[in-house]
Amino acid sequence: MGILEVKNVGKRFGGLQALSNVELSVKENTCHAIIGPNGAGKSTLLNCFVGKLMPDTGSVMFDGQSVLGRTPYEINQMGISRVFQTPEIFGDLNVLENMMIPIFAKRDGAFRMHAFENMLDERDVVEKAEHMLEEMGMADARNDHAASMSRGNKRRLEIAMCLSQDPRLLLLDEPTAGMARADTNNTIDLLKQIKEERDITIAIIEHDMHVVFSLADRITVLAQGTPLVEDDPENIKGHPKVREAYLGETQAV
Amino acid sequence: MLGLNKKDTTLFWIVAAMSLLAPFILNPFPEGSSLAQMFNAGYPDLMQRFVIFGILVIGFNILFGLTGYLSFGHAAFLGIGSYSAVWMFKLVGMNVIPAILLAMIVSGVFALLIGYVSLRRSGIYFSILTLAIAQMCYNLAYSVLGNPASSYNLTNGETGLQLSLDDARIFGESVTADGALPVTNFFGLAMRSSYKMDVGGWLFTFNAGYYFSAIIMLISFYVSIRIFRSPFGMMLRAVKSNQQRMNYTGLNTRPYILAAFVISGIYAGLAGGLLSSMDPLAGAERMHWTASGEIVIMAILGGVGTLVGPVIGAGFNEYFKNILSKINDSVLHDWLAFMPDGIENLMVGFLHYFVGKGWHLTLGIMFMLVIIFLPGGLVEGGQRIAKKFGRKKKSDETSTTPAE
Repeated sequence: MGILEVKNVGKRFGGLQALSNVELSVKENTCHAIIGPNGAGKSTLLNCFVGKLMPDTGSVMFDGQSVLGRTPYEINQMGISRVFQTPEIFGDLNVLENMMIPIFAKRDGAFRMHAFENMLDERDVVEKAEHMLEEMGMADARNDHAASMSRGNKRRLEIAMCLSQDPRLLLLDEPTAGMARADTNNTIDLLKQIKEERDITIAIIEHDMHVVFSLADRITVLAQGTPLVEDDPENIKGHPKVREAYLGETQAV
Repeated sequence: MLGLNKKDTTLFWIVAAMSLLAPFILNPFPEGSSLAQMFNAGYPDLMQRFVIFGILVIGFNILFGLTGYLSFGHAAFLGIGSYSAVWMFKLVGMNVIPAILLAMIVSGVFALLIGYVSLRRSGIYFSILTLAIAQMCYNLAYSVLGNPASSYNLTNGETGLQLSLDDARIFGESVTADGALPVTNFFGLAMRSSYKMDVGGWLFTFNAGYYFSAIIMLISFYVSIRIFRSPFGMMLRAVKSNQQRMNYTGLNTRPYILAAFVISGIYAGLAGGLLSSMDPLAGAERMHWTASGEIVIMAILGGVGTLVGPVIGAGFNEYFKNILSKINDSVLHDWLAFMPDGIENLMVGFLHYFVGKGWHLTLGIMFMLVIIFLPGGLVEGGQRIAKKFGRKKKSDETSTTPAE
């Protein structure tokens, strides 16, 4: 039984059957990659996990509980954090504040009216945020305006924000899309390090095969809204069906 | 001091000093001189408006400045507060404290309801919803609920709600011993009582109502600084910055925005209650959409999202409104008497459109200039000047940016 169990999920947009009969099981403490050509339904599937989309059929169970019908913030409070394709951070706030918000969310829940508390009295939150920044090598940037950072650093900050909540499942939506090679490699190293150091399950959607094969323990190939095959990375590389559906028509590994 | 950092404490004391010394600061010209006639603003009525509108805009800034939700209907809460306070004077007594408390409670309840409905949308749709609801309130007050002939005459329509000699006033007197209306007071201290000080040619007026309002303004200002610096304030800025990230970070944005909306509604109600406390008369025009627009203008003039901007914006707007509308053609003739007659008449004819009844035009131009050249409002102007002169000392303006 995996931490994330997807059964028979289907989703239709008008005349387009975006997903049909998707079965997926993400085992605890593994890195599970979902790959597939453009339009295969990868992002649609991810959006079904986080409360953005409601599938027409099927079930999505996280740790024995259904996530369907819940709002994004409720799902986050269950222990699922999401990293977006374009880094979503609080651009108008500084880096330390960016770090503090998820920590507050984890500690205080979805809403708390702490209008009269002084930031100085929140020592534990500030310390945790600073510690996290240090761990990510961003301590020097703590007072920087978040919007002014490079894309790679924004990504790093976003991942740090997600990790500060100690999520049980981290969802990554093409984390290296649009990044320079150096930034991509940095991100891969960061994710590898996270995987080794933490008890965390990662589900990743990715185009870049280099990223996928450096990180994934298990790979599901999606084509036209259906899982084609699920296997270990070594087997996926040489799988004829995969080559035909995916690797063959775009560029090879 | 009291949980404020050093910069904010300095800022607070500067504002406190300015408002407590306002009767001096606003009366720079000796009494009776022609300049005093025009530019002195140290009389109670106007000073009261400075601080009361200051409160209103401070509250508006908590919503608009922090969350970025532009409410175009805040005058509704001002009106609701005014009516509530006058009803308290009519039914209970002339002490201003219960009146102000009721004004805050009623406007808070209305803000909760209106906010709950209008916060289903964001951006321009939210603005339109608040505008529509406020205009609905205006029309309710102006006609539906204000028909003097009906038994549900809550607002007394066009005339406005006012005190009368046959009001109940359970904890006070309906009529004073000499047959007049009783006056609003703070545990016996009449709001309209003033102490006048004659120094040389100057006449300074210290009005009880002004000082009462000024102290409430300072409390409101302090509360707003605390909110700006609290984790809650940080969440509100996060709402403005990226709501999507907030939702996916496990935070429910709706109650945060609603709380900000209700707080700013209560501030507006407080301002309305104070307006009625100074002069127990409430009219529907206070809720008109142009009044709501004026609140937005004051906030933007001063500097949205800054701490002291709202106070500056409200003061600037009220001051120039007052000055400009006092200048009439004969004053212009006086000023331009040095010119040859033909040119003088031409100039007066031209300037006529910008002063007196045409004050909107000048204020509008000023507003445009500020928006174009100082998008951060007058506070930004102050910051630029301070930077230009390279003063190390942080003037009141430089310490106003909310970011740490």
